[in-house]
Amino acid sequence: MTSLEVGVSSAPANAGERALLRRIYEVLLLSRAVEERFWLLSRQGVASFVLTSRGHDVAQIASGAAIRRGHDSVWPYYRDMALGLALGVSPFEMYLGSLGRAADSHSGSRQLTMHLSSPRLRIGSVSSEIAAHLPHAVGAAYASKVLGDDRVAVAWFGDGAASEGATHESMNLAGIHKLPVVFFCENNALAISVPLALQMPIQSLAERGPAYGMPGVSVDGTDALAVFRATRQAVERARSGDGPTIIDARVPRITSHSSQDDDAYRTPEERADAEAHDPLPKLREELLEYGLLEPGEEVEMQRAAHARAMAESDRALAMPEAEPGRAKRWLYAGDPPHPELAALEAGGIGPGPFDGIAV
Amino acid sequence: MSVERNASNVPAEGITLLQAVTEALHEELARDPRVVLLGQDVGRKGGVFRATVGLQADFGPLRVLDTPISEDVIAGAAIGAAMMGLRPVAEFQFADYIFPALDQIVSQAATMRWRSVGGYGVPVVFRAPFGAGVRGGVYHSQSVEAFFCHTPGLKVVVPSTPRDAKGLLKAAIRDDDPVLFFEHKKSYRRYREIVPPGEVIPIGVARLDREGRDLSIITYGVGVHHAREAADLLAAEGISVEILDLRTLAPLDHAAIAATVMKTRKALVLHEANKTMGIGAEVSAFIAEELFMELDGPIVRVAGDDCHLPYNGAEEDAIIPNPAKVVEAARRLAAF
Repeated sequence: MTSLEVGVSSAPANAGERALLRRIYEVLLLSRAVEERFWLLSRQGVASFVLTSRGHDVAQIASGAAIRRGHDSVWPYYRDMALGLALGVSPFEMYLGSLGRAADSHSGSRQLTMHLSSPRLRIGSVSSEIAAHLPHAVGAAYASKVLGDDRVAVAWFGDGAASEGATHESMNLAGIHKLPVVFFCENNALAISVPLALQMPIQSLAERGPAYGMPGVSVDGTDALAVFRATRQAVERARSGDGPTIIDARVPRITSHSSQDDDAYRTPEERADAEAHDPLPKLREELLEYGLLEPGEEVEMQRAAHARAMAESDRALAMPEAEPGRAKRWLYAGDPPHPELAALEAGGIGPGPFDGIAV
Repeated sequence: MSVERNASNVPAEGITLLQAVTEALHEELARDPRVVLLGQDVGRKGGVFRATVGLQADFGPLRVLDTPISEDVIAGAAIGAAMMGLRPVAEFQFADYIFPALDQIVSQAATMRWRSVGGYGVPVVFRAPFGAGVRGGVYHSQSVEAFFCHTPGLKVVVPSTPRDAKGLLKAAIRDDDPVLFFEHKKSYRRYREIVPPGEVIPIGVARLDREGRDLSIITYGVGVHHAREAADLLAAEGISVEILDLRTLAPLDHAAIAATVMKTRKALVLHEANKTMGIGAEVSAFIAEELFMELDGPIVRVAGDDCHLPYNGAEEDAIIPNPAKVVEAARRLAAF
């Protein structure tokens, strides 16, 4: 693994950024609590497959906070659990999918865990296919241009996706037409086991930007404010008609690739290096330094996060499993709506963790 | 004997299949601002076959988008745009070049509604000229329809006449699910038909092209024209042929297949695509499974040989069906 630089984090410039930083931390604590519960359910054999975002989470939350939620379209990949939380997807919804429950509004638990899909939040359906969603994001950006609205499309993907032909074709088309799309690469320098040096002859995907006629920005993905500012700038640039941007956010992958991966290909030093770049203690120190967190406060915040994760996973466990009789429903148009999806859609975009924070 | 010199039952006036495609696209672009067209050479050039001629002038370079040679993103961007409210028509210059987009069509478009429990539909038409007999060689001649018929979630339409081409393309654009729309190149300019204005022909319904008593030719695409020629020749021998034009290959019109088989009790399935694992295999299996007791003879398939398509005419003619091959097979079936 190419080692991350340990850099100085960006300091909040105003009250809005201070509130934002604190809220990012709250979502991060929730994400860690939700994921711990996921891994536990996996070890118990209750959830057969688990994918979480530890190490990527600050970059996901901070970039998610930078878009207009429910207005801009979101094209995530399967590691984007914390992004989902930042956009207002509930842990309950996530547990339903992983536990094979019929009420899962994202895929009816037809897909593997964390394959989010939410029309009300304009989250495009995640697939397991690497980079297959980048053309969709470009198509969504093209739709914005045809319809004359000011929606931006943002695609999140890993460094592994950067080697797919679809990524080249997508960036090329977006660059040609200055489409309102942002390519956000969560670069953990590992495509499962293949290190960055065997994936591309460059250090950052941002280096490709000029070749596609767009800016490329490298950012420390463990620096919450740096990620937020870079993403906000790229999104607003796209919204104003100036075209796409590539953001390369360097992040550590702290866990194995998935619950089915033993991570044995990494040396203990490499795993320790990833752990040493955990964005959580770094963000905690920043909050303490800027007076955004009282030393005694955190215990209560963590307790609340764990209580929510436990309550929502218990609620999901109590729901009925998927039924064989529905297997072929929704192959084509015309079937009755999925009840839980219809209920969520009827409720509009619902509350999000960054509501009311103006930056 | 050649199709173009003896296209029986097809009037000399009216529009060609190619013009029917252009008219359908024009009318749908004018009717619905969400309809867009994207592909290589669809704008400035108006398509290598001129199927999109004049559309960019009328609807602008954004709605009729000339793309780079990037089939994967042509298909994928059409899918993403459809998920966000557009009704794209993605053109592949030749069906032979649809394979780089196979992933997006098969693994993305086809699965989207199912995997999002109805959350996202993909109302995209993937259009492509296809077929042999034009001396196009292996990369301008392939019949690819069977690949897509094997995939749940897709609809596959192959019109054989100008009227069907126009009415079915309009239906495909208005359909809420992904539709593969294949136009046989050999049919593009060689047949004319008067097409009633504004007609939308439902997907999934076969058309009885000709009534007969002794045997049924079940076919689609250029096969319909081979069958018409063969039927004329067989009529002179006292053999009465019924022709069923499937028009839609996915979903198949099982009721129409059953009706013609129960009437004539003899089925000949004809297509240009190569035989093995083709549409004919599926149609034959359906007849064998569901209508075995209705049959008075074996199910016969006339199809392309299992071979790639050569540029030179001698080899090409040897491996694709023609009316003479149909006549020969039909004579044997009629005599059974």
